[in-house]
Amino acid sequence: MLILENVHVRYGAIAALRGISLRVEKGEIVGLIGVNGAGKTTTLLTIAGVLKPAQGNIVFKGNSIVGQSPEDIVRQGIALVPEGRRIFPGLTVEENLRLGAAVRADRGAVQRDIEEMCTRFPILGKRFNQSGGTLSGGEQQQLAIARGLMSRPALLMLDEPSLGLAPILVEEIFELVAQLRETGVTLLLVEQNVQRTLEIADRAYLLSTGRVEFEGAAQELRMRVDLASAYLGGANWKS
Amino acid sequence: MNQILQFLINALSLGGLYALMALGLALIYGILRLVNFAYGELVMVGGYSLLLLGAGAWPWIIVAALSVLMVIATSLLLERVAFRPVRHASPTTMLITSFAVSTLLQNAAILFISPRHKAVATPAFFTENMQIGELLISKSNLVSLVVSLALLGLLTLFLRRTILGNALRAAADDFVMTRLLGVRANQVIATAFAISGGLAGVVSLFWIGRLGSVVPFVGLTPVLIAFVAAVIGGLESLTGAVVGGYLLGFLTVGLQLLLPQVLLDYRQAFVFAIVILVLLFRPQGLIGGNYSAERV
Repeated sequence: MLILENVHVRYGAIAALRGISLRVEKGEIVGLIGVNGAGKTTTLLTIAGVLKPAQGNIVFKGNSIVGQSPEDIVRQGIALVPEGRRIFPGLTVEENLRLGAAVRADRGAVQRDIEEMCTRFPILGKRFNQSGGTLSGGEQQQLAIARGLMSRPALLMLDEPSLGLAPILVEEIFELVAQLRETGVTLLLVEQNVQRTLEIADRAYLLSTGRVEFEGAAQELRMRVDLASAYLGGANWKS
Repeated sequence: MNQILQFLINALSLGGLYALMALGLALIYGILRLVNFAYGELVMVGGYSLLLLGAGAWPWIIVAALSVLMVIATSLLLERVAFRPVRHASPTTMLITSFAVSTLLQNAAILFISPRHKAVATPAFFTENMQIGELLISKSNLVSLVVSLALLGLLTLFLRRTILGNALRAAADDFVMTRLLGVRANQVIATAFAISGGLAGVVSLFWIGRLGSVVPFVGLTPVLIAFVAAVIGGLESLTGAVVGGYLLGFLTVGLQLLLPQVLLDYRQAFVFAIVILVLLFRPQGLIGGNYSAERV
């Protein structure tokens, strides 16, 4: 479904991605893990069209999407729920959701989807007319995911959905992400919480300083994490 | 009682105009982080449109409507040829561009029309007063009060009730995120410039009407007032711009009443002293936005 081939991205003189190659198949949950600065967020922003690769190719559903604007890429079925949630604080929950469907013209279906989101995320129904800025972190994350789903993406990219949330909410978010698979959406998940990510993902890529350090089945990576924690005493594998 | 009513009408009338001006600046600033100093020249374009179109035999309301359209067209043109190419450049580059556009338009007016004041025909209501009981009200004040409130109402409806309006507000919050949702950047920015131009056009009707003439530098005062009003309110907030505009109107008219005769000439100095005081205590403006530094 999505293929990255030798993608290089630079911020001025600094190389952020140095030849990333990865693939996501339809219906998969793919994890992207690694320490801060490894290039996880950069990878997602590049796929979404916010950053332009200096070199390399990105193919989605058989077509190259390199060089396209974010507006065009979301129309092809890729939605990004960015780090820090970035909901619109001045807009109500309803307006946030409605804007998530900005690429769709079918008003009736959009209305039904909004109602469906309020069923799937009951808190959004309760806060329907409140401005997004008044929501708590966990509520904002649910709104951000719901807003991302409103464009009916084939591929949903989540950047650190559990960041800054209380442990009990982290658990909820991961359960939610695991459930999303049943709706038929393919997921590319960037996370700091390696343990939980590897539990729900099918496959994962470990990034380090802009390169893919290791790739494989989540199961396999999990064993390596266990080994690392056994030797290094930490819960997370910092390579 | 009458005096209070009189004061309210004058202050709401002037404040309404100031609010429209400030809103025109804040709309663009919110999305592009650009303080469009060529905004004053849009008022000038409105003035010259009134002058040139008014030479015919058309009724004023037609001339006025055409002038507003001219200003909207100018604003869209400036966005396309001057600001779009520097959209991704630094804020300083955009600021300098707006100064360059401003100077260019002023000098074009000097060169092709006249450096001197040109009298603009204004309809009768600009000079007539209305007697209600003991109250003597200038008709133009009443009209501008009603027009500005109506425009603010319409704009609020547009921003709240339509998808494009929602997108405009969202873009002011977080432009990149708005694009990630598929909202076309060019469409949002062109809409903002069109609305900003429309506001400048309406302002020019009343501004030029009050002056009774137009001159190449006529836009200087409006853009300054708009800027100050928007800064007091908080440049990033549309509500702030409106609040700032009305506040500046109330201050100006209030000081006119309260200051003793000998100090009246220094009214603007007092207004700006109060502005400085406000900013000392609330540098982010009365209704400060979040200090997001993100642009397109």
